[in-house]
Parts: sequence; structure tokens; C-alpha cells
Amino acid sequence: MSSPNNHHSIPGPEDIFRQVLPNGITLLTRSNFNSASVVISGYVASGSVYDPLEKLGLAHFSALGLTRGTQNADFQTIFDRLESVGASLGFGASVHNTSFGGRSLAEDLPLLLSTLADCLMNPTFPVEQMERLRAQLLTGLAIRAQDTADMAALEFDAQLFPNHAYGRPEDGFTHTISAITQPDLVAFHRKYYRPEQMILVIVGAVQPAKAADLVARYLGGWLGNCEVLKPALPAIHPPKDSIRKHIRIPGKSQADIIMGTLGPKRKAPEYLPALLGNSILGQFGMMGRIGESVREKAGLAYYASTSLNAWPESGSWEVSAGVNPKNVERAIDLVKEELHRFVTELVTEAELEDNKSNFIGRLPLMLESNSGVANSLLNLERFDLGLDYLQRYPQRIRAISREEILAAARKYIDPEKLVVISAGPGKKGKAG
Amino acid sequence: MTDQITKTRLSNGLTILLKEIHTSPIISHWVWYRVGSRYEVPGKTGISHWVEHMQFKGTPRYPAGILDQAISRDGGMWNAFTHLDWTTFFETMPADKIDLALDLESDRMFNSRFDSEEVDSERTVIISEREGSENEPLFKLDEAVQQSAFSHHPYRNEVIGSMQDLHTIQRDDLYAHYRRYYNPANAVVAVAGDFESSRMLDALTGIYASKPGQVVEPPSYPQDLLKEEKRVEVSGEGETTFLEIAYRAPAGNNPDFFPFTIFDSLLTGPTSLNMFGGGGISNKTSRLYRKLVETEYAISVNGSLQATFDPFLYTITITVHPKRKPEEVLTRVDEVLQSLLESPVSTAEIERASKQARALFAYGSENITNQGFWLGYSEMFAEYSWFLNYVDQLTRVTPDNLLKCAQEYIGNAGRVIGIYTPKGGK
Repeated sequence: MSSPNNHHSIPGPEDIFRQVLPNGITLLTRSNFNSASVVISGYVASGSVYDPLEKLGLAHFSALGLTRGTQNADFQTIFDRLESVGASLGFGASVHNTSFGGRSLAEDLPLLLSTLADCLMNPTFPVEQMERLRAQLLTGLAIRAQDTADMAALEFDAQLFPNHAYGRPEDGFTHTISAITQPDLVAFHRKYYRPEQMILVIVGAVQPAKAADLVARYLGGWLGNCEVLKPALPAIHPPKDSIRKHIRIPGKSQADIIMGTLGPKRKAPEYLPALLGNSILGQFGMMGRIGESVREKAGLAYYASTSLNAWPESGSWEVSAGVNPKNVERAIDLVKEELHRFVTELVTEAELEDNKSNFIGRLPLMLESNSGVANSLLNLERFDLGLDYLQRYPQRIRAISREEILAAARKYIDPEKLVVISAGPGKKGKAG
Repeated sequence: MTDQITKTRLSNGLTILLKEIHTSPIISHWVWYRVGSRYEVPGKTGISHWVEHMQFKGTPRYPAGILDQAISRDGGMWNAFTHLDWTTFFETMPADKIDLALDLESDRMFNSRFDSEEVDSERTVIISEREGSENEPLFKLDEAVQQSAFSHHPYRNEVIGSMQDLHTIQRDDLYAHYRRYYNPANAVVAVAGDFESSRMLDALTGIYASKPGQVVEPPSYPQDLLKEEKRVEVSGEGETTFLEIAYRAPAGNNPDFFPFTIFDSLLTGPTSLNMFGGGGISNKTSRLYRKLVETEYAISVNGSLQATFDPFLYTITITVHPKRKPEEVLTRVDEVLQSLLESPVSTAEIERASKQARALFAYGSENITNQGFWLGYSEMFAEYSWFLNYVDQLTRVTPDNLLKCAQEYIGNAGRVIGIYTPKGGK
């Protein structure tokens, strides 16, 4: 019933325009004149990896502080300009980067880019605004302390990545956020915000040449010092034994479970087989094999699924579920049974074909909107995948074998050596 | 971009809406039923949502599990939602795979099994869903405010239902509810995306025209006015105090809905009508943000206005600053409301709110699933022209009718004040 027309093609070298500015900013642009708007997305390499232990949350605090006032505009002026035209712009820190994202009608792209540039280059972190922001961050942490899923995730990361930035929360702790001073924010910005490792993606109703002109105008004058920062990070080792902890949060009706182990880093050769295997394990259809076991058959949970998170240095392979406190151990046992099966038996031919078909078939859906394309382009650049990656993707997926999935599963998952965390009511160390 | 809309009604009462969009090889197919918590009676709250869950449990042709796999295999996504006035199911698929969606939705409109064992297993899944919500302080506060805001209208109940009813509803109750409301005369099929309308209409007519339709008159309820100020208090764990203020809002098809939308935009920031993609706009220049967050009376403030069949609620939800008391915050909210009740706002402010709505509209249009959602959603309380004229209607709002609307729905009306007090709070 299809009637092919002026479809977007899959983005590739012929329509992704990539250029590196003299100051080191990498710009990727793709036009889409079917839409009336533009999306920007990108990052600078100033993540929580540079947070001092006693000031965890510094990168996060500074990222949120960028829009609170610059040498050219105060907080209300910045947001009055953006909101008046229905534009949005936001910043946030992860372990490696401070990311930004924004959108506007196409006619307002100059405003969006000039605001981005002003916030990145000239923030002043006004004291009064920083105290206001601090109170907001601390309230966020008080709410986090009551969130069973957040608290389970926090402990899971801490146990899986001891002594590593991946094991520490980007939003810090109450005492570390309280310890950060305004001069800390200014110094962090001065040291770590720089154009050399910045990536900027622009997708939407704009010609690449016009986008490049605007970026050169607003961000071309940002001078770095040509030094590429590379954080020193310790080696990561898989868990030596099983770890089981329960975080007690009284007054809750449901417990959250997060269990798992390390996963491949993004550039590992087994990343795609692991990703396809993860889909079979806990994504495909109604949350894969684990959804079938824990939700559909046992009726224990509204959600029970898996995720594979891959970063530059390592990754995590996680199962999460929300269950009644009395069912925590039963749900953990069911998940372990599925993990055991996953590392001892090949997935079936039918599972392999179904999931390959899903991975390839969903590409148009992932790429229909400007933000979908922008996120994909950002990943291409971040992990050096090549501008033709999305076009080669179906072929790569088709080539994956059942044996490669089993090998990837065995390389990372040992069902006898898992980190298993629950959070909810019950005694500390014991759920239910 | 093609903007051609086809709207047809088959003789069995099924409404069909089609919108061709040829920007991506994708089709989004939605089936909407006029049933939700608004249609539920005491003792059976949550039954509509549970029926929605059972629609994923299989028919003789598509047994449980087969459906999920079939959609996923083709690279599609699907889901379902139950709300106050409606229940909806959608599939967004590569365009050449859409026949599967058409077939399975029509199949489960008539042939879902409602197997007893599956009903029992789903009971615990839904109880678990509710327990997950109960973990959230704002769910508890919302539930209390909603209960207090209606004396008899079923909008007083949470869509998921009360825990007591979730324990007692039986298989035959669910099946009877399904048979009554799931039929062509009570449904809207909405399809957006990469197809030719004439061929899509032929396909849908072929599938549905021979099926019987049974008109279900929507229940009507006497006006449930909120005449006075009521207070509800909820307490629980944590350190954070929340304040929720609820007023009766105009129904979606009431012309007052448009000035009220502008009112909400000025007060708490623009609300996005996009369910899929597009995101929203921050509210840092809204009147309440400036009055509460910039002065450190609140950590955050948000407004919620929904287009509904009967008048529902306009709610303002505030995370109270740790050094303030909810009463102090309420006083400041009232000062802002008072200023909007005393004198008309400027035309420029209304124009600004209209531009924001136009931008949000453009963002949402990029996504075909969202376009499919808009097609059917508006039919649940008005008709699709409501959506087409939405931005236009907002630009026609004048300072005078905004003032009149504020006086009617805020100034001369009752309200519910809900406060969540943390047990560990100061």
C-alpha cells in the first residue's frame, strides 16, 4: 500500500556535510526541508570524569549553570529570547561529556546558535543564581533518595565500577554538591570547556553552507589551546564474585531490581552481536525472553527488560525490573535462569532472524525526525563509525551469527558473578 | 508535504480518518475506542485499562506473544494507552508492512480470548503497575486531589483503578466491558503516513464494512461543579513538600478552551500537545516561575491542561523550596492569579504564546506517529478540525476574552489545594 515519494534516504556521505573548524570544532549538518524546524545536538569534552571526589557533581552543576547568566545576558534575558520564539536549549553532563540539545523554527537558528555560543564561551555563574541552582540540585537529590529505581541504579554502578568515574553519580551527593563554590565553577569552565573536542550536529530546514556560516560566525572565534584532554582512568575488571545488596527505602509499594555485569565498550568488535543478543534477551516484542518469563508467564512485574550501555572505556549489561517486595528473590531467580540459558545455548535461528529483521526494519522509524537523525550523526562522529555507517548497518547486522552472539554473551555474562541490587521496603541487606 | 485529509463514516458507524504524508516510508495506524475511566462504575474502576492489557493476550488467530513478535520483526513499534475518555492502540510500521497492523487490530476488535489464566496473571501485572505508581509522592497527591475535585463524576478515579477493584474484578466483567465498547460504531480508525488514501480506504472498508456496529451512547453526568475551596493533605516518606492546586477546566470542545490555553501558557509556560517527539519548551519566563522559582519559594512549577470530553481539571504542581512553607507559596500564587483577574494582559503576550504553540506544532509534525495520534485524539472530544484550527484559534484570543475566561474558571470558582507533607519534613 506504499507509494514511494520524496522520502528521506538513509543519511550517508553524500548528504551529511562534515567539516572541522580551525579551532577544532567538528560540524555535521544534514538538511531536511520537509520540516519547518531545526535541531542542534552535540557536546564538549567536559564530563564528570574530571570531578574531584569531594566535589562530585561539579561538571553537572557547571553544565546547568551555563544558561544562568553570561557576560552578555542574564538568566531571564537568555530564556526570554528562547521562549519567545518557542525555542529550547539545554545542557547536561555525563561521564565523558557535557552535552547540549536545542530546537527552534528554522528562522530562529541564528538565535539558537548565538545563545549556544554565548553560554559555552561566556558564562559568569552569578553567585545568586548558583545558590538558587544549588537548592534545586539538592532537592533533586532528596527526590532521588526516595526513588527506588534511581537508588538501585546508583548502587549498581558503584559496585560494578568501584574506583572509576563510571561508578560515580554525575549529579553527585548532598555533601559534594554543598561543597562546590562559585570559583570552582568558574575554574572548571575555564579548564575544561574548549572547542578542540567539540562536536556540533545541525539537522533540519537549513542549507549546510548557511549552517556552516552561522557556526563560524558564532563559535569560530572561540580559541582553545590545542591541548587534547585525556582523562586518566583506571582499568575495569569484571566482578570477582556475586554481589547482593538491598537498599532500604521505607514506605514504598514496589521494589526495583537492577542486576547485571560489564558489557562491551562501543568500539569493541563484539558490540553489535552483544546488542542483537541483548534484544533477544530483554527487548524484542514484549521485553524479550526476560519479559516473557517475569511478566508474561509469572505475572510478577509491569516491567522487566534488559539494556546494553556502551561507553568509550567499557559498558554495562543490565536487567531491570519493578516487582512487589515479596517477589524480589523469585524475580531474581527467574532472571538468573534466563541468563544461564543465554550463556549456555545458542539463540534459535528464528530469534536471530526476527531480531535482525527488527534492527534493519526500524531504521526508517529511528531516522524520521530531525532529532532522530541528529542523535545518529552524533554517535557516528563520537565513535568514529564513518559517515556511511548507517548505510552499511543492514549488511553488518545480516552478517551476525548465532555463535558470535553466544561468544559475546559468554565473554561478559557469568550468571554466578553478578551484581544484584534491589531497593525498596524491607530490612537493609534483605528485601521483602 | 501533502496535507490531504480524508474522513469517512461506514454504515456500521466506524469513523475513518486518513492523512497522507510522504516524507518517510512509514505508516502510523491507530484505533481509538470511546471508553476510559469516564465510562466506569463504582466497584469496576480500572476495568478499561485492564481490558486494554487483555488486548495483548491474543486471539485464536494471533495467540499471545505472536503479535509482539510479528510487529517487532517488521521493525515496527506499537503500544496502547487508556485515559479518561478513550483507549487507543497504535502500530507504526514500515509502509510496506502495514497490512499486518490493519489485520491484527481488526482481529482483536472482535476476537480477543480473555483466557481466565491470562486474566489472573495480568491482575498481578497491573497491581504491580499501580504499586510502581504508588512509589511516587506525586501520584498519591494527584489521586487525592482528583478524588476531592469531583463528587460523583468518574473523573474522580485514577485510570488504573483502585487497588480494591483490581483485586475483585473478574474475567466476565472484563469480557462484558470489551464486548460493549469494542465495536466499529464506537471506534475511530486513524492512519497517517506514506499511502494512497483511496487504496487505504478500500482496504479498511474491505476489513470493517461487513462487521456489525452497535452504537453505545456515552453516559452523561450531571454537572459536577467545584464550588468551594477544599483541602487535602497526604503525607509520606522523603524530605520534599509538594503543592498541587486544581481548578475545573473547560472541556476540549468548549470555545473557552483556547483562551484558557493561553492563560495556562502565561501562567506556567506552554503545554505541548505532542505525545511523540518534539519535546516541549521551558517555562522559565512564565509568571509563576518568576514569582516562585526566581524568588526561591519553589524549586519548580508546572501546569497541566488537557482536552477532555467533560470539564476536567487544570492543575498547577509546585515543588516547594525546602526553606518555605506551602502556605507562603500559595499566597504568592494567589497574588499572580489576582493580577490576571484584575486587568487584561497585553496583546503582545498573547502573540508570544501563539508563536510558541506554532513552534510546538511544527516540532510535533515531524513525527508520523504523532500525526496519527493527533488525527484520532481530537475525535475523542471534538473532531479533527479542532486540531487543524488549533493555532488559528489561539491567535484569535483577545485580552478581553482571556480575562473573562480567567474570571469564570479561576476567580469565581472553587478549587482543591493538595499538600504532600514529608514525614521527615521540618
